[in-house]
Amino acid sequence: MGKTPSKLILAGCLALTACFAGKAFAADKKWGQYQVEDRRSGYTFAAPETRAMQDDNFQNPGMLWAEIGEELWEKTEGEAGKACASCHNGPETMKGVAVSYPKYVAEKKNLENLEQRINRCRTDNMKAKPWKYESKELLGMTVFVRNQSLGMPMNVKVDGEYAPFFEKGKAFYEQRRGQLDLACKHCHEDFEGGQLRANILSQGQGNGFPVYRLKWSGVGSLHRRFRGCNKQVRSKPYGYGSDEYLALELYVMWRGRGLPVETPAVRN
Amino acid sequence: MANIKPRVRIPRKAKAGEVVEIKSLIEHKMETGQRKGKDGNKIPRKIINRFECKFEGDLVFASDWHPAISANPYLAFHMRAEKTGEFEFKWIEDGGAEYVKKAKMTVS
Ligand code: HEC
Ligand code: HEC
Repeated sequence: MGKTPSKLILAGCLALTACFAGKAFAADKKWGQYQVEDRRSGYTFAAPETRAMQDDNFQNPGMLWAEIGEELWEKTEGEAGKACASCHNGPETMKGVAVSYPKYVAEKKNLENLEQRINRCRTDNMKAKPWKYESKELLGMTVFVRNQSLGMPMNVKVDGEYAPFFEKGKAFYEQRRGQLDLACKHCHEDFEGGQLRANILSQGQGNGFPVYRLKWSGVGSLHRRFRGCNKQVRSKPYGYGSDEYLALELYVMWRGRGLPVETPAVRN
Repeated sequence: MANIKPRVRIPRKAKAGEVVEIKSLIEHKMETGQRKGKDGNKIPRKIINRFECKFEGDLVFASDWHPAISANPYLAFHMRAEKTGEFEFKWIEDGGAEYVKKAKMTVS
């Protein structure tokens, strides 16, 4: 298959749907906490059945991952003979923590996301092995910790030490890439509300992550989603926890400032 | 996921004659048998093919499931609460493995 035709077909398809089903139709709906000014959670683009699944803790399969995290919270591991609970007490001490990630860490001179912060506690404080990215343990604990902040508005810092990372993330977001030559921005800003194959394009917000995706039949991290969106335009994905994705994560979380933490959200 | 966890939610208390909602969910891949693995061979089918709910030994709900049912299947149904007793929920997997969960309901 040639490169140009597929690019044209996609661009044409985006352009068409954008004309017919652009931003206008959904703008006057009231979405409560799921909309802040013109920023809308992926929840507001999801099908009613998908939203119902998310709204009912019991029906939400993402809660199975939260349960994995809950069990691990009490589990003693590593040479220091400690569990998360030994130092942090109950999980309610994690309330409000998620809203400000990724955070700048001076010793690393870099950003750190929640997955990495959890793993730093494992290696430094518990003397245990770090969990692998996308393992059910790390996803489970990340879901569990973020879920403690359910409904709280996202609020990452972008000034001071954060500024260069923010700029890098923004540049990534606006950079055309891949054989299809599309930037994140093209799909998630310019064609928001448009239809791409079976999907309605949302704003690509990060507030519900890690999310339970029906397509994955499981929970996945924000970096997994970034990788999927990179591959979708046939560009090479970056690694889990890479500097590129950390900066991008900061920018994406800033785009969704004020939106509620929804973890574990349900998406198709 | 290695360990398969069934979950149920029932009201612990109900009034006689009340219609109660019974919810169930089981963590399960529901491997359809249609997918191919990395080596190009088909991944063998392994799904939950039947769900049963008994109350005090009497079958109150059952359904046969097929490969089109999603992973981690959720199922809810209603029944009339008449007496105090114990539910037994059973999920039957291809190959015969059974996952069972029990729960009590007090009816006044
Ligand atoms: C030996 C004690 C100890 C253990 C065990 C431990 N932590 Fe920590 N943790 C800390 C300390 C100290 C901090 C830094 C506190 C601060 O920044 O206010 C911290 C910080 C954190 C933070 C960041 C909080 C924030 O406000 O940003 C998270 C999240 C966290 N830990 C999760 C965990 C998890 C999950 C586990 C178990 C896998 C764990 N910790 C185990 C001591 C521990
Ligand atoms: C070709 C169009 C396209 C491009 C380019 C694209 N995405 Fe996506 N993205 C999608 C589709 C389709 C979905 C699934 C439906 C939706 O939520 O928009 C999605 C979903 C997402 C989601 C999940 C939203 C949620 O609520 O669950 C995030 C986050 C995301 N994208 C971020 C990005 C980032 C960051 C980039 C740039 C690296 C990017 N996307 C580039 C098409 C695209």
